[in-house]
Amino acid sequence: MGVISQSVKDMNGFKLHVVKTGKFKTNTIVWRMKAPLQKETATKRALLPYVLQSSSRKFPDTTVLRSYLDELYGASLYVDVAKKGEYQVLSFTLDIANEKFLGDPEPLLRKGMELLAEILVNPLAESGSFDRSTVEKEKRTLEQRIHSVYDDKMRYAGFRLIQEMCKDEPYALHVNGDLEDVALIDESSLYEYYKQAFSNDEMDLYVIGDVTEAEVEEAAASMLSFNSRIPEKKEMNSPAPEAEKVVTEEQDIKQGKLNIGCRTNILYGEKDYAALQVFNGIFGGFSHSKLFLNVREKESLAYYAASRLESHKGLMMVMAGIETANYKRAVTIIKEQLDEMRNGQFTSEEIQQTILVIENQMLETMDTARGLVDILYHNVIAESQSSVDEWLSGMKAVTREDIIAVANKVKIDTIYFLTGTKGAV
Amino acid sequence: MEKLTFDQLQEELYHERMANGLEVYILPKKGFNKTYATFTTKYGSIDNAFKPLGKEEYVQVPDGIAHFLEHKLFEKADGDVFQQFSRQGASANAFTSFTRTAYLFSSTSNVERNLETLIDFVQDPYFTEKTVEKEKGIIGQEINMYDDNPDWRLYFGLIENMYQCHPVKIDIAGTVESIAHITKDMLYECYKTFYHPSNMLLFVVGPVNPDEIMEQVRQNQAKKDYKEMPEIQRKFETEIMEASEKKKVLEMNVQTPKCLVGIKAADTGIQGREMLKQELAINVILDVLFGKSSANYMELYNEGLIDDSFSYDYTQEKGFGFAMAGGDTRNPDRLAERLTEMLLEAKGGSVFNETNLSRTRKKKIGTFLRAVNSPEYIANQFTRYAFNGMDLFDVVPVLEGMTVEDIQKAASGLIAKERITVCQVLPKNNDSLL
Repeated sequence: MGVISQSVKDMNGFKLHVVKTGKFKTNTIVWRMKAPLQKETATKRALLPYVLQSSSRKFPDTTVLRSYLDELYGASLYVDVAKKGEYQVLSFTLDIANEKFLGDPEPLLRKGMELLAEILVNPLAESGSFDRSTVEKEKRTLEQRIHSVYDDKMRYAGFRLIQEMCKDEPYALHVNGDLEDVALIDESSLYEYYKQAFSNDEMDLYVIGDVTEAEVEEAAASMLSFNSRIPEKKEMNSPAPEAEKVVTEEQDIKQGKLNIGCRTNILYGEKDYAALQVFNGIFGGFSHSKLFLNVREKESLAYYAASRLESHKGLMMVMAGIETANYKRAVTIIKEQLDEMRNGQFTSEEIQQTILVIENQMLETMDTARGLVDILYHNVIAESQSSVDEWLSGMKAVTREDIIAVANKVKIDTIYFLTGTKGAV
Repeated sequence: MEKLTFDQLQEELYHERMANGLEVYILPKKGFNKTYATFTTKYGSIDNAFKPLGKEEYVQVPDGIAHFLEHKLFEKADGDVFQQFSRQGASANAFTSFTRTAYLFSSTSNVERNLETLIDFVQDPYFTEKTVEKEKGIIGQEINMYDDNPDWRLYFGLIENMYQCHPVKIDIAGTVESIAHITKDMLYECYKTFYHPSNMLLFVVGPVNPDEIMEQVRQNQAKKDYKEMPEIQRKFETEIMEASEKKKVLEMNVQTPKCLVGIKAADTGIQGREMLKQELAINVILDVLFGKSSANYMELYNEGLIDDSFSYDYTQEKGFGFAMAGGDTRNPDRLAERLTEMLLEAKGGSVFNETNLSRTRKKKIGTFLRAVNSPEYIANQFTRYAFNGMDLFDVVPVLEGMTVEDIQKAASGLIAKERITVCQVLPKNNDSLL
């Protein structure tokens, strides 16, 4: 149970990863490309996948393209821009029915790969420019996407915490870029960046499903070929917090959003990472954790009270939605839980329980094609080679001392509180 | 135990009705790590007026009580059931909808033990005044969280517009005021009325042996003493046909306006295959009208009236139903106007033709296949379908048999000017940056 076997091949300018599995009714094709997160390029990168997925030379507008997807038994095509550590990663995902489960025997996988390749390498462009109206429309949508962060207060609080905490680091950049930079992009500057990204980015293609390796490899080689490259690497460094920063912001909302950012100083792939995961699980990762039991169940202060790791940046984020008037009490209780972790005030049962639940979560993630790609992609970001089995056995070997040591490395950096207008802090 | 086989999908489903009336379904999924199980009662937020078990008079219970009960069932004399699940390597959860309350776990080990825990905790209530009071603070924060969420407010605002008296218009969690009235005795009364096995369905999906799981459930249920239960008496006031209000504007602390246009469904008394056909036909209608491959979508997008938050959806249960479309927009009035016009133009129009039907049917069939990758989808949707007398595995055959006349008929049944309504969220104090 559980083992993923992927085969990895170096292709022209990218790596091909094939995971053969019979458990899905569809086959999934994911194209990922990563480059360092930088102010100069972040907004262009955030725009690019949306321009590419809206049309191509062969499918010159969205209606034609989307009709074709419908005809391919509702193949789904979507793009995504994500921050993984200090990289900005673009994903293009195409998920297509396996014809084995349809009344219609027409083979679909190759058509899906062809379509994804068409989107990537054959855009609607001429003489060094994308189609102007497409770019203008997608700029407008990107502006709205950037604005929408403000409207979802939980997301907004998380984003503001990062902005304050990582002020002088590229990580503070929003994954969708900056509003002011959107206006500066035009169809030719974006095209120029497109060329640059496809020549410099680290690129990976994942094909997951009931597929034949040789067939996928042949198809990928015939459709996608790029120059070879040495992708730019980022040193991940996390400045040590000097004193705890506290930032409060007032808005007309009902519930205060308390977000606390900690530096863990431990990255994915490093020796202490397994212990960090167990630490996070006991502290705030699950419904048996200290945060859930104390902030929520014992004190009834919150509906959500949890922590999660930013594995590739060495951060741990704590979040809780509370009454504005309960701010001090909530911060005190959260700090007490962290102290208990540092002092080893947790039971062996909590350790065992947490390891079991993390293992369960990992195995469950592998039951979706998307989850599989995310797990495998951690190694690309961290430049590591660890298999899921190695990772799991490493975690099972974590001791109480390891957890205490990790807990003592974790330092609170910034406390951010988005308060309601009623009731003083 | 009966076995049902779906050749095209290559799936098998096992079913048995226990002596006490509990319906049990098992769908083995080879190659998966995870087993996912849901234990669901046909009891949701709309069931707020009923005859309690053994009583003659109808009672009206506080808004949000079904959801409150869901929270409280996790707490026992010896602690929290979440703890027990995680000691057994499982993650547990629950949710309350308009018509159902579901308890669930997923795990990759100790499946039998987790299943035993799931069934036993749901069938063994423990409510005290003290724990009920404590929960009011937690759920109060859950309600506040949703109150700050503009998409949630928009959605419920639209439903409120449609219905004059049907309890679907009430927020599932209730309000801070309504839950203040909840007592342990009320929770027991609701529990006894709605949590009898004959009102419930257990679904297990994962790499399991169906014979063993079924035997385990049989033995578990045989140990418990359930008396035969009369049919549950629920009460709903007669609802008007037209939308109760035509338009509502909510002012909130947002930068981007939001707009949803909805239609209150007309024929919601139906169940079974008839309901399945109507539901799928309306889903096809919405895809044809507003899908990304539609002319309407392109027009709205080109005009800058919608962005990628645009979505549409159809919900139907016994006694209520609604279609809706919309999202973030720079011009909420213009979007409301265009969506309304597009709906009215479509009624009896030529857009429902063979080309559009055939393309959308293919899309729907492929989308269903993708959904069947998900154990969560199978268990939750199967249960919802079963509670409405429908069969999830009829989806593809019904789509295949659907004709242009079927969708034209469904469109003329659905679309009517007097049942259309609009809800908008606008920035407070005109502080929009757009």
